[in-house]
Amino acid sequence: MSIIGDVKRLDLVTRLDWIGTAVRVQFGRNPSLVLGGALFVLLVLVSVFAPLLTDSDPRRINGIVRLTSPGGDFLFGTDNLGRDMFARTFFGGRISLIVGVSVALIASIAGLFFGLIAGYFRRLDSIIMRVMDGIMAIPGILLAIALVAVTRPSVGNVIMAIAVTEIPRVVRLVRSVVLTLREQPYVDAATSVGTSTIGILHRHILPNAMAPLIVQATFICAAAVITEAYLSFLGAGTPSEIPSWGNMMAEGRIYFLTAPWIVLIPGGFLAAMVLSINIVGDGLRDMLDPRMTKEL
Amino acid sequence: MTGHAKEARTEGEPPLLELTDLKVHFQLKKELFQTTKHAVKAVDGVSLSVRRSETLSIVGESGCGKSTMGRAILRLVDPTAGTIKLDGADISRLSGKRLWQHRRKMQAVFQDPFASLSPRMKVGAIIAEPLVNYGTVTGRKAALSRAAELLEVVGLKGEHASKFPHEFSGGQRQRIGIARAIALNPDLIICDEAVSALDVSVQAQIINLLMDLQDEFKLSYLFIAHDLAVVDHISTRVAVMYLGRIVELAHRDTLFDTPKHPYTEALLAAVPTPDPSISSAKAVLSGDVPSPINPPPGCHFNTRCPYAEDRCRIESPVLREIAPHHFVSCHYR
Repeated sequence: MSIIGDVKRLDLVTRLDWIGTAVRVQFGRNPSLVLGGALFVLLVLVSVFAPLLTDSDPRRINGIVRLTSPGGDFLFGTDNLGRDMFARTFFGGRISLIVGVSVALIASIAGLFFGLIAGYFRRLDSIIMRVMDGIMAIPGILLAIALVAVTRPSVGNVIMAIAVTEIPRVVRLVRSVVLTLREQPYVDAATSVGTSTIGILHRHILPNAMAPLIVQATFICAAAVITEAYLSFLGAGTPSEIPSWGNMMAEGRIYFLTAPWIVLIPGGFLAAMVLSINIVGDGLRDMLDPRMTKEL
Repeated sequence: MTGHAKEARTEGEPPLLELTDLKVHFQLKKELFQTTKHAVKAVDGVSLSVRRSETLSIVGESGCGKSTMGRAILRLVDPTAGTIKLDGADISRLSGKRLWQHRRKMQAVFQDPFASLSPRMKVGAIIAEPLVNYGTVTGRKAALSRAAELLEVVGLKGEHASKFPHEFSGGQRQRIGIARAIALNPDLIICDEAVSALDVSVQAQIINLLMDLQDEFKLSYLFIAHDLAVVDHISTRVAVMYLGRIVELAHRDTLFDTPKHPYTEALLAAVPTPDPSISSAKAVLSGDVPSPINPPPGCHFNTRCPYAEDRCRIESPVLREIAPHHFVSCHYR
């Protein structure tokens, strides 16, 4: 059966070499994707390796150095409690990343599952879609606040709350793609050569639905990063003892006139992260069209 | 082609495909204040048979139901009524595993060579898919080498198996589609406008390929087309379809030389002649095909027929044999 997937098994060296070539080729064809991707990778690296970049504890309160301007001992300054903004920003990036990536994954997988079913098995369509319409009718941020309010504010709950609000969008997207794909002549052709329903979904529909889904997933990731920041800013998201870009901005907003960096630095990182993810999404949309990729 | 000889040879055998009063109606959704349900009668009582090793062409205007008939035979749409007998077995009501067992005897070549191949599958995988489905070969290597063989049978190269469909031209893609169709050694291939989307020069190549394959693998074709020049070249017999019904069915030469049904006459008259000095003073049809939701009563053709009389507007003609092997559905022929 594996012939259908036909993936070349490359050893690690050729694979790394291949990635290098791929990046160079993509840069020529799609420079914004590579630049956006580089910015995103950089933000991921500084967040993941935050403990290696700084010795200071992002939660350590030091009243003597409160509201220090950026530069000197504190590269990004300190906040109203004298906490090191440099450490807080990079540790805060972890929360944004975890939330963004987890929401994108959960929403994509659940949305793909329900979207495939709704699009292909027409009898279940109206049931699934009415449930999704019901979820969609509630403003996403309110649903998230409500969900966090009835549970306890924690990163996990924030992820679940945002994912639930994003699932209907993915279901709609996947369903609409499946609805067009199932009428394609190659699906008829597959039926007449005796391919089972599972085989059709797996070999003919899924691969062709992946490109729009991946693009959508990047936008969901960006939206989730922003929503997490909203929720934390409103105090309904990440608990205040864990630094996140949203609650850093929330705490800094009353000092904005005297210490604008408390808001501007996490805000700038948030903007950069969302921008880079969106650029990657746009670039992937172009790249994943099979008619645009040539043999490397 | 020795059509008559071939016909005589296979006449005694039971037909490979036999349609009896096949109907495919599509129910329309009931509108708010509508009391009766309307249906598009795409195929409205077709009876015909395809013999072994022959090519039966179905011609007609777009919207006459010829493609729907092909899709019903392939069981891609469910027939509303009537039977479809393939190799003696009625497949019109089968489903699931039972239907699956019969599917391998009939394969299809589709109209659009760009849309009938999965864009994200390599050509080798596309051709190997039927082989893997029916387990005719075991293992990945065997399936891919068989796919490469099939590519050579249809005039492509074996190494093309590792390419994607978008790297090929229309004619090459249609060859890939044909390779997939013959992979399971079917008896019947339904060519649904298989050459309509191609350039004229490429059409000729594909038709010659189909005819060579027919001789080599003893294939029967149900050839759905609207181009009469192509039909004249490839067919053993020709059926003319109008608004979901067969109006005339005859051997190719008989139909082209002595058409009996007014609609067939008009179709043949519409074929452009290469010699401008021959004036075409024959009847040209006016008007459009009536809606298949609400076909005219009596003979479906009566609204456009130059010879229509009162009887045609009331009574539906039946397909009757007016000369040996020549069937016409008209009251006055």
